[in-house]
Formats: sequence, C-alpha cells, structure tokens
Amino acid sequence: MVQFILRRTVGALVTLFLIGAATFFLFVAAPSDYASLACGKDCSPQRLEEIREALGLNLPIAQQFWDFMSGIVTGRDFPDGHCPAPCLGESFYSGDFVWSTIKDRFPLTLSLTVGAAVVFLVIGLGTGMLSAYKRGSVVDKTATGASMVLSSFQIYFLGPIALLIFVYSTGWMEDPHYVPITEDPVGWLIGLSLPMIVMATIFTAQYTRMARSSLIEQLAEEHVRTAKAKGMSQKYVFFRYAWRGSLIPIVTVFGIDLSSLLGGAVVTELTFSLQGIGRLAVDGAVNKDLPLTMGVMLVGAFAILLLNILTDITYAWIDPRIRLS
Amino acid sequence: MTSPIDIEGGGTSVVVDGEQEPKTKPEEAKQLEGRSPGQLMWIRFKRDRTGVICAWVVLFYFTVSLLAPLIAKLYGKNPYTLYGVDPQHADAHPVLDDFGLPLGYFGGVSGDHWFGVEPQFGRDVFTMLLYGMRTSLYMALGVTVLLVVTGVIVGLIGGYFGGRTDYFLGRVTDFFLSFPQQLFFIAFMPVVTAFFVDPREETPTYFRALAILIVLWLLGWMPISRLVRSTVLSLREREFVEAAKVAGASPWRIVRKELLPNVVSPILIQFTYQLPSTILTIAFLSFAGVGFVEPTPDWGRMFATGADVAEQDPAFMFFPGVALVIFVLCFNLLGDSVRDALDPKSGR
Repeated sequence: MVQFILRRTVGALVTLFLIGAATFFLFVAAPSDYASLACGKDCSPQRLEEIREALGLNLPIAQQFWDFMSGIVTGRDFPDGHCPAPCLGESFYSGDFVWSTIKDRFPLTLSLTVGAAVVFLVIGLGTGMLSAYKRGSVVDKTATGASMVLSSFQIYFLGPIALLIFVYSTGWMEDPHYVPITEDPVGWLIGLSLPMIVMATIFTAQYTRMARSSLIEQLAEEHVRTAKAKGMSQKYVFFRYAWRGSLIPIVTVFGIDLSSLLGGAVVTELTFSLQGIGRLAVDGAVNKDLPLTMGVMLVGAFAILLLNILTDITYAWIDPRIRLS
Repeated sequence: MTSPIDIEGGGTSVVVDGEQEPKTKPEEAKQLEGRSPGQLMWIRFKRDRTGVICAWVVLFYFTVSLLAPLIAKLYGKNPYTLYGVDPQHADAHPVLDDFGLPLGYFGGVSGDHWFGVEPQFGRDVFTMLLYGMRTSLYMALGVTVLLVVTGVIVGLIGGYFGGRTDYFLGRVTDFFLSFPQQLFFIAFMPVVTAFFVDPREETPTYFRALAILIVLWLLGWMPISRLVRSTVLSLREREFVEAAKVAGASPWRIVRKELLPNVVSPILIQFTYQLPSTILTIAFLSFAGVGFVEPTPDWGRMFATGADVAEQDPAFMFFPGVALVIFVLCFNLLGDSVRDALDPKSGR
C-alpha cells in the first residue's frame, strides 16, 4: 500500500513537471510578446526594456523556466517582496502573487465540484438502484427516459433557465454567490445551491444509467442467485451482494470523469458569473498572462492527479481482490 | 474461417474474409442466403424504430445546416445584417425598442423573423442558428475524423507492436490524459491562435477554426487510442492472426486485413458518441469567449449572448437551446442504436 502510494506520487510529480514544461514552452514558443502588449502602441524601446526586465523576460527561456519551477519548492524574491513557497510567480497583468490569487479562487471551484458530485452521486445512484430494483416498471421507464433527456441539456442552457425561474422572475433565491464554508456553512450552501444542482443535473443522468445497468448485471450473477436461493432477505442480498459489486464500474468511470468534472465546474462558474478557477483560466489566456496560466494548469492537474490516486485506493477498499499494483 | 468472436472490452465483431456467413438464423437457413456482417448490422438497425427516427433527425440537422446559405436566401435574411440598427431596415420595420430589446412577443417572433431577433443588434435568430449549426457541425465532423484517425493509428501501433513501443505510447497517452482538459482548451486557444496571427491584428475566422481544430485534436485522441489498443491487444493473440503470421503475411497486411476489420465496430460506436461531445466542446469554447467571436455565427456563442440577456430577453435562448437538446438527445439515442446493431451481445 505504502509502496503503491509512493510510486504513484512520484509518477504524479513527473507528470506535473511535464505539464508545467509543456505549458511553459508552448506559451513562450507562441510569438506573443507580453511586454509589447503591456506597453501599448506608443512604446519607447527603453520602456519596453524596463518592462522586460521587471517581468524577467530578458533572461534565457531555460532560466525563466527553472526559476519558475524551483520557486514552487523554495519560494522566490521579487522586487516588490518575497513570494513564499509554493510560489507560482507573479501575474504579469495584475502583479499579484499567483498562488494567493488561486488560493482565493480555488475553494469556490472545489466547493462546486464536491457539492455537485455529492448531489449527483446520491441522486444518480439512488435513482439507478430504484430503476434496477423495479426493472420494467413505470418508475424505471420514467427514470430512464428522464435521465436520457436531462443528459442532453447543457449547463450553459440549463443555468440561465434556472436563474430565470428561481432568481429573476420569482426572486426565491439570491444571485449565486460564494461564502467561504468556514465562515458560514449555511450561507455557503444556499449561495452555491443553484449552480451545484444545475451542474449535478447534467451528470446525474449518466450515473443513473450506469448504476442501473451495472446493478442489473450484478443481480444476474450466480452468487446473487445463490444468496437468494438459500433464503437471504431481499434487502440484504440487494445491498450486501449486488450493490457492492455494481460499484466497481461506477468508481472507474468516476475516476475517468474527474477531469470533465473540473471542466463542468469551469462551465458552471462561467455560466453563473462566479469567480473561480475557470474565470482565472480565461483571464490568463486572454491577457497572455503566463504565470497565471501556469498556476491554473498546475493546480488543476494537481487536483486531478491527487483524486486519481484516491480513486485507485477506493478500488482496493471496495473490492479487496484488486491488488494495488 | 469466418467466425463471430468476442473481444474483451472491445465488443463483438466479425472477421470478414469473404467466405460464407454461418451465423444465419434458422428460418433463413433454407434460403441459404449469405449475408455480410454489414448487411446483418443494417437489418438489425432498421428494426430499431428509435434509432431510425433519430438517424433521420440527425440527417435533417446536417442537411439543413449544409443548405444554410440556400435556405437563408429563400428566407430573405442573413445572419450578419443588423436589422435593428441598420437604418435601411430599422426605419421601415423597427424590430427593437428604445432599450435594444425585441419588439413583439417571445423575443420578437414574427412572420419576418421566425425565431425572433437578437437584442441590441437585431440580427435574425433563425439564420444565426442555421449558420451557427453549420459552423459547429462541420467543424466537429472534421475534428472527430481527425481524432479517430489519430487514435486508430496510435492504438494500432501500440497494440500490435507491443513491448517498448507500447509502453512508450502508453505513457504519452497517460500524460495527455492527465491534462485538465477544459482548462487547457481555454488557456491554449489564444496561444495557438497567436502562432498564426500577430496578436495585435484581427484574427481571420478560418485561423480561429484551425486553432480550435488543433487544440481539440491534441487533447482528444486518447480515449480512442486506448480502445483500439485494448481491442488489438486481445486480437493479436488469436489464432487467425497467428495463422496469417505463419503464412508469411507482412505486418502491414495483418494490420490491414486481419486487425482493422475487427476494430471497425468499436470505432464506429465510439465515433457516434464522440461527435456530439465534440460539438459541445466547440460550443463550450465559444461560450467561454475563446472560440469563435463576433460576428461569426456560432451555436455556442448564441448561448453566451443568451446568458447575458437572459434576464431581459429569455426567449432569445429558447430556439438555439431546444435545437441543441433535440440534437444531442437524438445523437445519443442514435449512438445507442448503432451500438446495439453492431454489438448485439452487449445488453443495456
């Protein structure tokens, strides 16, 4: 177990480094000279040189890359102060330390992702189980049909509809906003409930279908039949045998889906004009802000890699036959 | 030596070697009519009513968007004219009120503008949607074909040659998979665009299209490559491939004649699922403001506008939204039908 976690961690660090390198060199390779963009039209060569120097753009590219990557571990010194580790550099555009910006914004994205995941896992798996249990009934048909239709909606279409119904026309809710959970857990939940539910709706459908088909498959297994035959209660067989077995493919898909989950949070943020990591990515891209983009990519990749490792550990917990190798 | 074979994880497929099909059903046996796997698939597909209806709907979308310029001409409007601002039109037939909102009901639906007009500028929603669909559908078609071809090549090479090649390709695939996809799309669209055009100049639309193509292609081929690899990996050890090897067939011949026909079904199934998701990704890029920009008509951009004006003019989003839901729904159902037809053993 320890060995597995160690090996995966090393692998993840290498991947992170490579993602950082790819992001950095792609950005630098593109002929977009940030200094001249920042300087504007009537730019004297002297002023241009000053900006370059201030941003460290006059150094060799390899040096810039090394400074950036080593700064994450050791911290860096900038003319306007020390940036403690993990230092992701200083935004070209705003001049703020990227890490503190991300630290401000990331909790929102994380709240959205986790909140939506809880909602769609509970509702999706619940509905799927019910469908499988009452296979062929009206309940099953309604659930299957509804999940098919709902999965065809998009966050950027459903979001404005939800806003229109619950905020603009009826005024039942306030505009979605973020309150840190540590300050006010109730406010946090209320402020983000609409985005969470909209995001979860899109994902629920997929999990309903998956849970249903996976459970139906499990219910047809021999060991489940044997358990029934020897007179175990319906409920016990269903939860103890079939349900547990049906979780494996769901965990697999959930692990693969993590990156699209983060993506979903990004779309949701943009739809509801929330200031999260997605907005930062757009800002970084539009302003050609290299440190900000690097920071967003690295933090995003880090979150995904971390959750992937956790998913693999969950596997071993659900099905002890799976060795972590 | 035709035999239906079962591949783990890759679905069922049938080896085509030009010989007789032993899989004919009892009632058809008296005619002794040989049917190719393709014909069998077609017969199975035609029996699926949902699938056939959805296929027609999808075909309808593609035809309508292909004929967009023609339809727009017959209809007498185009997606670029600002009917609400241009004095030539606005004076004779005002479509917007003083606040820039459409006159009339439901976003300005009228005989002149079937789906209403856009707030602020007064562009015609019907033609915007037609042209927007054209942009999205055909872009997505191009991207998806490119993805599938790349995925098949990488997967075939990895699966067939195995060993170090496979290991190397596997690591490359893993690396690309660990990118945060949507963030990468957003962050690299402007960068890739900057490769072609000086950032201070206006970017021509087709450079933007090219940039979208490249970005989506870079981060999209991995799932198909994995699928093909796992299918090929299990096929490689089978007797018919071994037989071909013993008979002295070249690797190229084995790949082309023995392996490729067997990965066609899983690829086709993957293709029908990939296409709508590519369309949605392109729409997402435009929605985030890094894909197509004004004044290129695009499906995703209509949602960005729609979200902006949702409070004042919710009707604007109705037609693009409903069109998208119907399209995605039908495409997903079609995907299921195609899978059932190609791969009858996999139950739902």
